[in-house]
Amino acid sequence: MNGYLPILFIFLVATFIGAAIIVLSTLLSRKNWTPIKLMPYECGMDPIGSARRRFPVRFFVIGMLFIVFDIELIFLFPWATIYDKLMIFGFVEMLIFVLVLLVGLVYVWKKGALEWQ
Amino acid sequence: MKEVIFYALGAITLVSAFLVIFLRRPIHNVLFMITTMIGLAGLFLTLQAEFVAMVQLIVYAGAVMVLFLFVVTLLNLDEIQLPPDSSTIRWWVGAGFAIAVAILIFPALVAFLPGAEPKSLTADPTATVSNTAIIAKELFTTYLLPFEIASVLLLAAIIGSVVLVKKKY
Amino acid sequence: MIPIPEVDLGGILPALVLCVGGLIVMVAGSFIPKRAVAFSAIVSLVAVLVAFAVNSPLRMMNRQAFSGLISLDPYSWFCNVLLLIAAGITVLTSVRYLTDDGQELYEYFALLLFATAGMMFMVSANHILVIFIGLETLSISVYVLAGLMPTSPKSREAGLKYLILGGFSSAIFLYGAAFLYGVAGSLSLPAIAKVLQTGAGGKTALVGMGLLLVGFSFKVAAVPFHMWTPDVYEGAPTPLTGYMSVAVKAAAFAVFVRVFFAALGPLQVDWTQILWVLAVLTMVLGNVAALVQNNIKRMLAYSSIAHAGYLIVGMVAGKEAGTSAMLYYLLAYTFTNLGAFGVVALVGRKGEANVMLDDYRGLAASNPVLALAMSIFLFSLAGIPPTAGFMGKFTIFYAAVKAGYIWLVIIGVLTSAVSVFYYFRVVMKMYMEVPEKTPAALQFGPAMILALGIAAVGVMYIGIFPTTYLDLATESVKTLF
Repeated sequence: MNGYLPILFIFLVATFIGAAIIVLSTLLSRKNWTPIKLMPYECGMDPIGSARRRFPVRFFVIGMLFIVFDIELIFLFPWATIYDKLMIFGFVEMLIFVLVLLVGLVYVWKKGALEWQ
Repeated sequence: MKEVIFYALGAITLVSAFLVIFLRRPIHNVLFMITTMIGLAGLFLTLQAEFVAMVQLIVYAGAVMVLFLFVVTLLNLDEIQLPPDSSTIRWWVGAGFAIAVAILIFPALVAFLPGAEPKSLTADPTATVSNTAIIAKELFTTYLLPFEIASVLLLAAIIGSVVLVKKKY
Repeated sequence: MIPIPEVDLGGILPALVLCVGGLIVMVAGSFIPKRAVAFSAIVSLVAVLVAFAVNSPLRMMNRQAFSGLISLDPYSWFCNVLLLIAAGITVLTSVRYLTDDGQELYEYFALLLFATAGMMFMVSANHILVIFIGLETLSISVYVLAGLMPTSPKSREAGLKYLILGGFSSAIFLYGAAFLYGVAGSLSLPAIAKVLQTGAGGKTALVGMGLLLVGFSFKVAAVPFHMWTPDVYEGAPTPLTGYMSVAVKAAAFAVFVRVFFAALGPLQVDWTQILWVLAVLTMVLGNVAALVQNNIKRMLAYSSIAHAGYLIVGMVAGKEAGTSAMLYYLLAYTFTNLGAFGVVALVGRKGEANVMLDDYRGLAASNPVLALAMSIFLFSLAGIPPTAGFMGKFTIFYAAVKAGYIWLVIIGVLTSAVSVFYYFRVVMKMYMEVPEKTPAALQFGPAMILALGIAAVGVMYIGIFPTTYLDLATESVKTLF
């Protein structure tokens, strides 16, 4: 438990700095807003259309696949803590698990869901 | 010290959860849901449930919330105007439902209180093995079958996410 | 050193075979996209047959495997047989459906096999964790299957509705399981029963039981948790609707029975009362709502709700008599409903055309054999002798009378009298009416003929010679108590 105190500390410091920047700039800044000042900053170019447009559904596929493989990865962490004790048994166990998901990866690949035309 | 951390994390979790419900912009809802998840992860840490805390961070605050953000941007909800009149009714219906569930659940929760000793739930703080290793031992020996079935479950999810979204190849 | 657990693959071999079959389908489909559907169908059929063969030793077993997570007993055997029959017939009725569209939707078969494997893990589970993971495997596969048809917005809508309500019900189920864990400190069914026997738990156990009951009611489509059923059944690809109405329901009921008798047995007095009300609501609403449907898929959806009601009567009747009657009923219902949906798939062709009741006008004149088969299925659904449906209803109601639930049986008989009306409407349309325009000739494939043949023969056979199957069912539930 005590090992996490530094993390908590970093967390607090980060939160403090983030909050301080926002609060200080709201308190100290002078507010004379003009339409040009409120325009989104696009490296000096005039923005073309609204920034709020629909994202392609591909992001969603990638997001879904990310979750699935993320969960696969989560299972590897506890496995890593005891794989030296489980020896070949643990290896085969994880091999089966990964192979099944490998079939999924092959499928996704072949279907072209990872390509971004 | 422990109490302070607990209440601070609890406050973060609860306040963000309320903000998830009451803020009007979907993107803000999602962002505060992330804060809720992080608060929960902290609470898990105070219970010595390190593995669960990290799962909470990596899977929920990370992957799931990314997906939520994608969905929000995909639907572009800012352009959709909800009919204003129905929202108050919906609010009351939601509140009523929440209260009903609370009434249903509360007696059961109270029943937990008198003998408040969750036997196998808390990890032993003096243990030499980490919580993750304990989970690993159970997961890869006793519960190895559900673990392997989970791979099939994930495979079905992969197929689903590809086959439902893409129209043709 | 960690002791290596015993891995008893023999008992779960049927489900493993299906998983391997599904993996072969996925790999092969990725590498030979041409004619992938035909190949996958063959692989699936072979997998189902092999699973059938390796399932038979389970009938003689009565032991637990995988640290007590799985229970290998005749009950698992019987449920596995049911599920494999359903999967096999569904593969046969689906083949044409998936090649019709110019797209090779071979994923269908893989998901079908995964779903069936999930169900088989679920019905032989002795631990709520395995039940839940089997349930999720089956649910996710079926959500995707329901929304699979790429050109049909209705199918997509069905998939989405099923996903949301299914997710909701799974969450409720899990919540209930959490309460039971709080009471018993374990999710193993015998352990929960042991703790509840001592009277521990009180309200907490009741809340857990109630939440589990709601979760299961969603899955078996019992009123008032049935709202998703008509829309999902209507939108999903027709062969799959048959599968959902049979296999998903059978698996859910099998687990429902196992959890409620093996783990929550000490609370039987409490849950019997709730189920009594649910049974009445389900039978009445299912049958009455089916009366006014003009779409045959919606009609069969409400009919399947009504049948869930009859099955719940079996649970109320309880113990050996009621549950063995349920198993027999599920067997009869498997053949009957898969046959009926097979005919609907055949008449409907692709693209969900011809699903109105009026499309069945004059079917007897153009396709006498098909009309006869459909009549057999509808008679069986209505519960008219000598079909299997009659024997099923009879045994369930008989068990309920024996257990003293006279009023429940009276309501059941009355509502099934109502049901005769809407089933006969279809028969009348087939035999007595003439179509407005001559319909195009139906295209029978050999697979479809085989499937409908198996279903029709099955309905008649187990209806005329029910003794063997009733005995099997009785023998299968013995180990539960």
